[in-house]
Amino acid sequence: MSKLSIFTKGFFKENAVFVMLLGLCPTLGTTTSAINGLGMGLATTFVLVMSNIVVSLVKSQIPDKVRIPAYIVIIASFVTIVELTMQAYVPALYDVLGLFIPLIVVNCIILGRAEAFASKNNVFDSILDGFGMGLGFSMALMMLGAIREILGSGSIFNISIYQGDGALVFVLAPGAFIVLGYLIALINRITKKV
Amino acid sequence: MEYILIIISAIFVNNVVLAKFLGVCPFFGVSKQVETAVGMTGAVIFVMTVATIVTFLLQKYVLEVFGIQYMQTITFILVIAALVQLVEIILKKVSPSLYQALGIFLPLITTNCAVLGVAILAATTDGFGLLQSTVFAMATAIGFGLALVIFAGLREHMELQEIPKGMKGVPIAFITAGLLALAFMGFSGIA
Amino acid sequence: MGSQKKSSFINMLVVLFLVSGIAATALAYVYQATKGPIETAKKEKEKQAMAAVLPEFDAVKDTFKIALAAEDTITCYSTVKDEKVVGYAIKANTKKGFSGEFWIMVGFTPDGKIYNTSVLEHHETPGLGDKMQKNKSDWSDKYFTGMDVPNIADKDGDGVIIEVTKDQGEVDAITAATISSRAFCDACERAYNAFKQIEK
Repeated sequence: MSKLSIFTKGFFKENAVFVMLLGLCPTLGTTTSAINGLGMGLATTFVLVMSNIVVSLVKSQIPDKVRIPAYIVIIASFVTIVELTMQAYVPALYDVLGLFIPLIVVNCIILGRAEAFASKNNVFDSILDGFGMGLGFSMALMMLGAIREILGSGSIFNISIYQGDGALVFVLAPGAFIVLGYLIALINRITKKV
Repeated sequence: MEYILIIISAIFVNNVVLAKFLGVCPFFGVSKQVETAVGMTGAVIFVMTVATIVTFLLQKYVLEVFGIQYMQTITFILVIAALVQLVEIILKKVSPSLYQALGIFLPLITTNCAVLGVAILAATTDGFGLLQSTVFAMATAIGFGLALVIFAGLREHMELQEIPKGMKGVPIAFITAGLLALAFMGFSGIA
Repeated sequence: MGSQKKSSFINMLVVLFLVSGIAATALAYVYQATKGPIETAKKEKEKQAMAAVLPEFDAVKDTFKIALAAEDTITCYSTVKDEKVVGYAIKANTKKGFSGEFWIMVGFTPDGKIYNTSVLEHHETPGLGDKMQKNKSDWSDKYFTGMDVPNIADKDGDGVIIEVTKDQGEVDAITAATISSRAFCDACERAYNAFKQIEK
């Protein structure tokens, strides 16, 4: 696999949200606006890249049977670092994302990449893979957030684009499911030509 | 009265999947048949309740005593992972028939973010004692099960319907979940 | 996975021990490093919330808790300008919201008038109950900003002064969100009760 395709596969071919259906909880829970979705995506990307680096560095030192608990500890440490840093420097975003920040630890994408990629590849490839997957995830969250924000609050990135209230249901829970359903259908249509 | 409010709120008003978006992965993953949905529900009720009790005690008597609340995420996830393993081993020895029914769902539960989410919520909500937390965890798990079983029932019926090609499978499942969430919104305000 | 080590009891134990040890040390270090900024961020947030509901002030003088009932306390802050108390910010909650508890900040000038209000945290229905937020509608500006609480008559004589018109009060409820409006009044009333206790 070329270096480029390691990086780009996370955007379309193996997009975590649209194709592999991983990490759905933060995808639905934090995308009430484009900026929230992007913030969550970037926090996840950071954890993903860092844990990929560490896992690929220590992979040969870790006995096979305890590798999952060891990976979990590594991931949870980075999640806590993100949590503390966000609390200190971007408290507003921290308040909005709330519970979903500690929950990055159970985001299947991260453990999945550690197990499926970083534990078998060198550091550089693992970084590429982490960035590709993470940014693909961020892109998906930002798209979903942007659509929900436009339909629900009539604005994008907090910039108002039309007057009026918008269809509130899109900001609420049901809208998250419905928008994601149509987005996946659309992406299926483009990629698989159904 | 307080407990009834916690129960109603956790099952209907703030349903864990449809309003709080926790445990969405298993919600889509094991909802193809009602039978597996019921099995998963049993496993989740069990693990979520036990995990919340253990993590609650850890939070109050270890983390808060030593002032190391920042270790919460790492401790809780390890406790949950270990607990799931333990439950699996014990169940295998003590009740093979129950293990048969729930066994395959147990490993999936470690990455069910609802379990960690509820543990953190219970440990950090002001005014929640051990009993409130336990009731809250159990009710949340029942709410998860209710949503899961209803959803599985809907999906079973959908198999027999004619659905536009592009919407088949995942997309229509999401839209169905959206409509279900809309229906659950009708409960808001009763508690 | 050919590159992985064979597992033995000893090396499993050692590796897990090492990994957790390093993780705990790293976290302790990050915690120490972010402790200060987190405190500052929290203080800054409180100060901003106070600045939004009170006339200009130099500093926060005191922070104290006032008990309305057993196990029901409210946090108050007093602010000073030129060493004279110019306002009290009261962080009041109510459990009567449509979707559970919410928190508002009410600023009083020493004569008992509400200077301004702001919503800190709520779960009310978007589009209906959330109109109590300043950025969603001017409802709270219209009824609460400058409200002269000591001079409002208690028309129905139930001892509660800040009420919606349905309860014989002065405040027109937000359309289709009477419960949220009532709860907002309740939170203000609670803040006022706390304010009365400060005066004593």
